Amino acid sequence: MLLEVRQLEVHYGGIRAVAGVDLQVAEGELVCLIGANGAGKSSTLKAICGLVGSKSGTIRYAEEDISHAPVHQLPRKGLVMVPEGRGIFAQLTVEENLAMGAYAHGRADPLAQYQRFPRLAERRRQIAGTLSGGEQQMLALARALMTRPRLLLLDEPSMGLAPMMVAKIFELVREIAGQGVTILLVEQNARLALELSHRGYVMESGAIALAGASQELLHNPRVREAYLGE
Amino acid sequence: MDTFLQQVINGLTAGSVYAVVALGYTMVYGIIQLINFAHGEVVMIGAMVAFTVINALAPTGLPPLVIVLAGTACAIPICMLVGYGMERLAYRPLRQAPRLAPLITAIGVSIILQHVALLVWSRNILAFPQIIPSHSYVIGGAAITTVQIAILAICFGMMAALAILVYRTPLGTAMRATAQNPQVAGLMGVDVNRVIAATFIIGAALGAVAGVLFGTYYGIAQYTMGSVLGLKAFSAAVLGGIGNIPGAMLGGVLLGIVEALGAGYIGDLTNLCAYETLAERISDCQGGGNFVLFGSNYQDVFAFIVLILVLVFRPSGLLGERVGERA
Repeated sequence: MLLEVRQLEVHYGGIRAVAGVDLQVAEGELVCLIGANGAGKSSTLKAICGLVGSKSGTIRYAEEDISHAPVHQLPRKGLVMVPEGRGIFAQLTVEENLAMGAYAHGRADPLAQYQRFPRLAERRRQIAGTLSGGEQQMLALARALMTRPRLLLLDEPSMGLAPMMVAKIFELVREIAGQGVTILLVEQNARLALELSHRGYVMESGAIALAGASQELLHNPRVREAYLGE
Repeated sequence: MDTFLQQVINGLTAGSVYAVVALGYTMVYGIIQLINFAHGEVVMIGAMVAFTVINALAPTGLPPLVIVLAGTACAIPICMLVGYGMERLAYRPLRQAPRLAPLITAIGVSIILQHVALLVWSRNILAFPQIIPSHSYVIGGAAITTVQIAILAICFGMMAALAILVYRTPLGTAMRATAQNPQVAGLMGVDVNRVIAATFIIGAALGAVAGVLFGTYYGIAQYTMGSVLGLKAFSAAVLGGIGNIPGAMLGGVLLGIVEALGAGYIGDLTNLCAYETLAERISDCQGGGNFVLFGSNYQDVFAFIVLILVLVFRPSGLLGERVGERA
């Protein structure tokens, strides 16, 4: 297993946001984590990459316990997150944003990303805050790819985007996964996420309620009723 | 002599030093939104250390340039250590605290540093030994000395170097990224603590050199010199837009010029004997005398008038936060 989370608990003050989550992601997999707003999906991701501290449980990545590793050491190990709301550096140029992605290993060569995202190449000298929402999401993805990730954590990449742009972003995610990057995707749009991924976890009130192959989950009556609106 | 041109030259000289000190305020503010009131004391320590070394070496007969460089070379690492120390010991533990806590801590650090300097150097004023032969060059009816030329060259050189560091290097990009979003900078592999420490250290190194230059310009250094110089540089940073690097440079130079022009003209403007109706009634004016309300010793007032005007009419400063980048 590339990523192995066991009995993870995350507390905010007295509130238990994540209550004993177990999940695994194998090398090369595209796994999604779906659930309603406030189910603890984002908190799980944030705990994996060290943005929030875990109360208990262990997080193992590439045979190493990273439960208490400082955030900034993870990109060097190939683990990177695209945060919710994209988190681009709005006052830096597109090029500088990409250079920040290469900060950990120091070899900034954005050419591959410019080929993948021609829109960004056109705007490389533009201040990132002036890009459209979709372009900003592309930039966030491209910046994460600049770190040369082995495991990519995506937090709600479809948030706030028009349907056409969402389709485009998901197509890019599929393409990135096809090139061998392991992906753990957190998404509120359950149908899109399940159609894209190999396996899925369904979170409810801070715990894993269901898990299985995405195709099975798509046909699971409980999932269909609660998350697919059928 | 042309008063206007002369005062512009004087103001430019002092202003370039203010600008370098203001950078220390604005860089730290940009990255952790803290007004580091102790920065003026770092500048003072730079001047005191350098003057101690320079006075010790003056009788050796070494070339003056070597002596001054040796003094500066001692001041820089000590100030960097002070800058790093205050961040590590006083501000980092308060990173998550409400903003008022580190602000008051900064005032506390300032008082502590001032009193440490008092213990080390006592109340004595350290004088700059007469080792640099000063030449004056006359341009357009005003004089500029070699010391002034050196100060201008060094200050603008340092500002250019800092601009290159901040806008053209990975560390500078990381500083600007951290200023905008420390969490995401961390996700990209930036050790935020190190970048913040680096910001303090760079600001302190600039401050050390500024302290040496300021002391050299006025010929004296004392343990209290940091407070007024610090407040002026802070005013300059606010004038340019606190958190904005080009703003601090612009604000410092403008403040120096405003101050020098103010000092140059306030005596003439408040000389009551210049106003006929008043002159008749003032006995001091008889026989070509003068009755000056405010002399050039009111120079310091102008910096603070500027600070008040900016805070009232344009709190975001000349360049504001929207235009430039924080770092």
